[in-house]
Parts: sequence; structure tokens; C-alpha cells
Amino acid sequence: MKYARGCGEALRTLAQPSRITSPFVLPLMAIIMLAFTHATLAAKPASNATEFQLANGMQVVVVPDTRAPVVTHMVWYRVGAADEPRGVSGIAHFLEHLMFKSTDKIPMGEFSKIVSRLGGQDNAFTGHDATAYFQRVSKDRLPTVMGMEADRMVNLKLTEKEVFTERNVILEERRSRIENNPSALMDEQMNAALFMSHPYKIPVIGWEHEMAKLSPTDAMTFYKRFYAPNNAILIVTGDVTPEEVRSMAEATYGKVPANSGVGAVRQRPMDPPQRAARRLRFEDPRAGKTSLTRYYQVPSYVTAKPGQAEAMDLMMKILAQGSTSQIYKRLVVDKKISSGASGYYSGNGLDYGTIAIQAIIADGSTAEVVEAEIDAAIAQIKEHGVTTAELERAKSGFIADYVYESDNQATMARRYGWNLVVGRTLAQVDSFPDDIAKVTAEDIKTAANSFLNIKSSVTGVLVPTADAGARADMPMVAPSSTQMMR
Amino acid sequence: MSVVSLRDPGRIIRAYLRFDIAASLAVTVLFSLVALIRPAYAMKIESVKSPGGIEAWLVEEHRVPMLALRFGFAGGNSQDPAGKEGLANFITGMMDEGAGDLTSEQFQQRMEEIAMRMSFEDGKDTLSGNFETLTVNRDKGLELLKLALTKPRFDPDAIERVREQLQAGLVYAARDPEKVAGQAWSATAFKGHAYGRPANGTKDSLAAITRDDLLAFHKKTFAKSNLKVVAVGDITAEDLGKLLDTVFGEIPAKAELAAVAQTKIAAGSQQVIEMNVPQSVAVFGLPAMARKDDDFMPAFVMNQILGGGGFASRLMEEVREKRGLAYGVYSYLQPYKSASIFAGSVATKNESIAQSLDVIRSEFKRMAENGPTETELKNAKSYLTGSYALRFDTNSKIASQLLGLLQDDYGIDYVEKRNAQVEAVTMADIKRVAAKLLKNDDLIVTIVGKPANLPVTATTAAPKG
Repeated sequence: MKYARGCGEALRTLAQPSRITSPFVLPLMAIIMLAFTHATLAAKPASNATEFQLANGMQVVVVPDTRAPVVTHMVWYRVGAADEPRGVSGIAHFLEHLMFKSTDKIPMGEFSKIVSRLGGQDNAFTGHDATAYFQRVSKDRLPTVMGMEADRMVNLKLTEKEVFTERNVILEERRSRIENNPSALMDEQMNAALFMSHPYKIPVIGWEHEMAKLSPTDAMTFYKRFYAPNNAILIVTGDVTPEEVRSMAEATYGKVPANSGVGAVRQRPMDPPQRAARRLRFEDPRAGKTSLTRYYQVPSYVTAKPGQAEAMDLMMKILAQGSTSQIYKRLVVDKKISSGASGYYSGNGLDYGTIAIQAIIADGSTAEVVEAEIDAAIAQIKEHGVTTAELERAKSGFIADYVYESDNQATMARRYGWNLVVGRTLAQVDSFPDDIAKVTAEDIKTAANSFLNIKSSVTGVLVPTADAGARADMPMVAPSSTQMMR
Repeated sequence: MSVVSLRDPGRIIRAYLRFDIAASLAVTVLFSLVALIRPAYAMKIESVKSPGGIEAWLVEEHRVPMLALRFGFAGGNSQDPAGKEGLANFITGMMDEGAGDLTSEQFQQRMEEIAMRMSFEDGKDTLSGNFETLTVNRDKGLELLKLALTKPRFDPDAIERVREQLQAGLVYAARDPEKVAGQAWSATAFKGHAYGRPANGTKDSLAAITRDDLLAFHKKTFAKSNLKVVAVGDITAEDLGKLLDTVFGEIPAKAELAAVAQTKIAAGSQQVIEMNVPQSVAVFGLPAMARKDDDFMPAFVMNQILGGGGFASRLMEEVREKRGLAYGVYSYLQPYKSASIFAGSVATKNESIAQSLDVIRSEFKRMAENGPTETELKNAKSYLTGSYALRFDTNSKIASQLLGLLQDDYGIDYVEKRNAQVEAVTMADIKRVAAKLLKNDDLIVTIVGKPANLPVTATTAAPKG
């Protein structure tokens, strides 16, 4: 999960961390083969991503796309909310906001304004394992934004006043995203229960009482500990060659000295064995319909054995993604006990992945009935696995997804970023289609039995309750319009 | 919005996590307005006419083996009959629920097998479709698209399933301060007009919609006379011509649309709808000029400076950067066919929402009285002209941009002309338009929450689920 600084950026959220998927524009022939049959994936499709390293240790990836004269420029730091010291939750995200303040070269609050004057767009986001900054500009502006990004990597200046003003902004951000939203509140409670010791239990945005005490010193300490070229990855996609990027990067980032105190192995407290399923019931008058959510703690792409994470991706697609999935068909189409049902595997974490299954309880049914049916669907996949047709459809979907994604250079930059920032290699990213194609029905059955383990799970029921203070019987205000202004 | 998102409770639930109004409005507004800006590079737009007489715009791009089609049927949810509000939105949720001989399940499985993407969306004035296919599966994808457009089944079972999802969506929307604020604002601003009615319906109106209503709406709306098509991607003009006849050749020649009257936005007012949340959400707006009014472009540039330009805008500077009052604050200019609005939103803790609104009003006043500085105007133009290429860097973005222009009846050369119009906007233009547009007395303000120091005018339900 991640939080962006601005509000115009389409956001992934806590409940749906970005999926780990793979490469860029595949050669035409490879795509044709992929679309026809997965067997041909045995021949690994070539990628046009290039990787090299600067002398100071900064990793660089370039993915050319010459269709439009624009580039997406991103710097990813190998630090996120799960790297925060205890008691200062939210500092990674807070620092991300503060990175837009000033340096000796960039006047107070001017960073984004300069990018705007260049005809560009910028933003940043923070997750548990990564913090990333990006600009989208026409190609001739690339050296300028690289210089600005290299500058703030080590030259950030903060004053008390702007830190405290910005602290109010992140508190408002928390109100918008979490406090005003019962689903988000329950999600926080569920994550706090899903992880026992590991910091994934703490929300990226931070606990409110800790956010309210974050100080300039907290921010600068965190900055100096984690921000350096040897703890960063530069990703440039768009109308540019690797050679051009290399020379621009050497002239900007290359001038920033490595910091040997930064970039140590990321060792977080890990969870003990999970021995009992946990349950939550969260009541809120603002909850809408009753809904049921289950999270499982599972391995991520980084921690799973080869093929296991891919099997979980395919398993969850077959089990719960979309209207042809087993759980949707069972709950929504056949038994009509839910008005919606879905699920996914989120495998991009450095230390753990999660599996989520959610359903909205239809009028006339109950959370107990729906949960029993979800458990029946899980029991069935454990015992009988999936059909060949289901598996082929799921594979086809994953492979097509990234052909479609190759249309978008910004999406490509994120795909590489999310993978490399947790230590996966370019080769691993690029072999994703092969790895998906190799998964067998038996692998999925094994994954179901290994990872859909109720002892490693949290089940939450969100229940709308009447609020004594909220005139439950009054008619809804303005029933005459449900259209948001668009 | 499409019902597709309702099928996925995760997405419904997750939607609560986003800065919804901000994200969706900002994106919509960028999309609809940046279409005015000319790409920096030679993007060749071609006008194509099929042998059967159907016209489309085409941008050939063979480097990625996929095709994006965007098409729109004039009409949209302002055509919903009285008492059947939500009908257009209902249709958008039914389009992949089976067609021809294919049941819902068969249709959806087929879509997955060939990795085709198809979705429909209803706006106030248009019902539009998005279609994407890999080149290798193009013919199979087009066959399904044609089936959906010409022979939707609207099976009773699927109707009831989608109805349940839409009803659930209403329950969630009624508890979402951003959505309640947006709804109430529209109901006030467009009182007595189709735009003021609920596009997603009400509990009663959804319950009243029948299969015959769906069939009738489908027949009246999905016709050649009100159709606009854009194709971007791996296809030649000749193949596109054939495609158009294949997919759209058999739909009715003439749409039967009800006239939607031009409307005036209501007079300025403020309402506070009480909801038990820690942060109040405010939506504010006033009447603006039509898309083809000479003052539209100056107003668009002015908005970039006032509240449309993210961190470069005055509202963001004054409300967020200087005072820390909000995470998001913005304004936008939105032309519809029958009325245009200049509007925006802010969310601030209950104790301080009144202060945020005071700051916003004083920025409206400052802009109306003094206009921007020369530097601000220069910077705004620099952004607007410099960032245009960012809107045209993917097939699907190009297709969306161009469909917007086609639907507003602009010519194929419009994109080029409009760039010069941004540059041509003068300080005098902006001052004149700002003074005319930004009248605080005209502001309709809707606040949802428990704001301190503001009188409550209504209460929300939080009705029993």
C-alpha cells in the first residue's frame, strides 16, 4: 500500500497493493505466440529494458518507448514504512511530503511549481517497502528534473514552521482516507491482527497519535539514514536511450557521493508461527452493507519458493477475481447470498504477501452463511484443484494484462520499480510470462493446501449499526442526485 | 459510472480509501480539457468513412499490437425517464451479461479467453464504450462487441443480480461524505433539470426498472445517428472501414432521444448536511460558460492558476501549503451540453472547514478583482502547452481525448487550432472572465460533516442497512 502526496494521482490503496507483474513492449511475434498458446512461452520473450549501475552504487533501469516524445522519470528508495523506528509511525510518508520543501538550489515549496513550468507533472508515493518520486516531462526536460531529484536526495532543508504545517496536511490526509471511512478503519484493525510482530501491522500513513508528534528531527534523522544513491533505483521509461540516460545520470546522480551508512540489509522483526485464526467484528453506523473480509498471511514473490507466488496469483484469479471466478459464481450468481465478491493475491512485499477475499452480504443472508460458502469454495479448490479451462483462461488474462500495460510507459516504470525495490532482478521481472505459463493445476492445488491456512488468517465482519446520534429514520438527503460532478 | 466496479466488493470498499472526488474529478477534467492542446509531435489523425457510411477518426500506431476503440452515443443519463433514474447506468452494467446465443457466463468466459476488454460508462450527455483487443484476437473480439451492441439478452437473472449490486452501491454512496456532498450539490444546482436527478438512481427508481425499460433505452440510444467512433492502434484505414460496418452496421439508423433543455444553475446558497464524520467535505461551484463560448479558454487558463494546477495553483498554496488545512483542494471547469459549471472541493477537519471556505472565497474575490500576475499567466501557459504531449502517450489516452473532441463536434484540425488559443489568451481576457465568472454571491456550497461554526440545514440518514 502506498500514499501519494497529491490528490490527482490515481491511487492504489491499502487493500490492494500493486501486483507484481512484468515486462515492457514484447516483440510482436512473442505477443502473437503468447496470445495463442502459453506453451510457446517456454521461449522467453526478449525485453528491451536495460540495467546498469553508477559508480556510487545507484542502480539504473531504462525502458525505451519512442511513440511519444515524453519520459517518465522515477527514483525509488529502498525504504518504506516498515523500516520506521517504533513509535514514529508515518515518518516515511511524512518525509516523502517534506521532500517537496526546499534545498539551497530550490526555493521553498518551488519543486512542483518548477516541474509545472517545465510542462511536467510530478508526485510521489510511499509504501511499506518503498518510497518513490516521479516526474513526467517531455524528453528535453529530463536532464533538468534529474538534476532536481539528485539535489534533493541529500540537500533537503526543513524549517520547523513548514514541518508543522505539513504535519497538519498528513493528519487531514489520514482523516480523508481513514477516519472518514469505516472500511479503511477495519482494514487497519485487520492488518494489526494479521501481523503479530512484523511492521506490516502498522499503517503506512501512521497511527494518528504518533503522527501528531512527528518532529523535524524525526524527519531529518530518517532522511539521513536512508536517502543516498546507493539506496536508490533510477527508472526512466519513454523516448530515451540507455546511453543518453547514462550520461545524464552520471552528470547528476553520479555527483552525489555514496553513503556507506545507508543501505544495510533490511531486517525487520518477523512474525512467529501463527497458531490461531483471528476474528474481528467492527461496527460503524457508516458501514453501508454488512461485508466480510478475510486476509491470509502468505509468502511474497521475494520469500516464496520458485513458482509458488505465480501459483497463488493464478489461484486467486480463478477463485475470486471477476464474474467468472468460483467464489463470485457461487456466492453471487448461484446462491445469491452476496451482491459482490472478489479476492486477490498481493505478492509485492519484501517479507510477506497477503491473500484477501471479500464479499458484500446480500439482504436476507448473513455473514455466517457467506463465510461458510467461501470456506466451501476453498475446501473444493484444496480437494479438486482447478480445471484446465480455468487455468488457461487465467494465464491468458495475466499475459494479456501486460501486453495491454505495455501501452503505458508510466505503468511500465512502476512495474519495474515495485519489483526491483524489493530486490528482485530484471531477469526475474522479465521471466514473469514464462513463470506464469509453467504453473500446473497440481501446483495450484498444492498452493491452496499450503497457503489458504486458516491459522494464518484474520476474518473481519464490518457491520452497519444505527447511530443514536444520527437520526436513522430520516430520509436520505438529496435523494434526487447520486451523480458526482465529473 | 459502470456497474462493473460494483461487482467487486473489494473495489467498492477500496473506493472508500481514495480521495474519490479529487481523483475522479481531477482526472476527468484533465481528460476533457487537455484534449484542447495540440501534441508536440506528428500524430496523424485521419477521418475514415466506412463503405456503409459510418465515420470515425483514426490514429494508426502499429508499434504495439493492440487496438483501442472508443465510441460514444449521445444521450446519457439525462435521458433516464422520470421515475426510472439510473436506467442508463443500469444498461452499462448489463452489456457483458450475455448476448445472442451466449449466456452471461459464456459471454464473460469468452471475453477472458480472448483477453478482450469492454466496458461502458454513462455520463450526463453520453453513453460511451471502451473496447480493447490484441491484434491477434481482433476479429473474435469485434464479434463479441457486435453481439453486445445488437443482441443483448438482458436475462431476468442477470437483471436481478445487477440490480442488487446497484442497490448496494446506493447504500454505500449514502454514507460517503464526498458522494453525499456531490449529490446534494447537483440536486441544488440543477434543481428541476435532468442533470439534478440521481444518475445512479434511487432505491425506488432502481426497483421500478424493468427488462422492457432496458430494451427500450438500448434501442433508442444505440444508433448510428448519434454515434461517434475513434480508433487508435494497430489497424489500417481500410480495415477500420470494414470494422465499422461489421460492428455498427446493424444498429438502428436513428436514435430517439428526448430533448434536454438548456438550464440555468440555481442561485447561490449554502447548505450543511450533518453527518457524523471527523472531517467535513465541501463541494462548491457556480455557473460557467459553454464550451464554445469565446470566454471558455480564458476561463480554462484562469482555472489553472486558481485551482486547477495542483501545487502550482493558488487554492493549494493558500489552503494546504500555507495553512495546512487540507490534503486536497481544487477547482475545475466542466462544460456539459445543457449547462456548464465552475466547481471544486475541499476536505478539512470539522473545526476548520469554515476557515478553508473563507480562504477559498477570498481567493475567488482576489482573482475576480485583480486577476493573476503576469508571471502566473506565463507559468500557466507554459504548463498547459508544455504538458500536452503527456496526454497523448498511450493508445487509450489518445482515443479518449479524441472522442471528447468528436462528441463536441470539433473538426479534425481542432487540436492544432486550440493550442494557439491557449497562447492567445491575454491578461485582459483573464481579468474580464474572472470578474464575470467568480462571483461569490453565486457560489452554491454544500458541506457534509459536523462543521463547527456553520448552521446545519439538513441531516443525513445513515439509514439502516
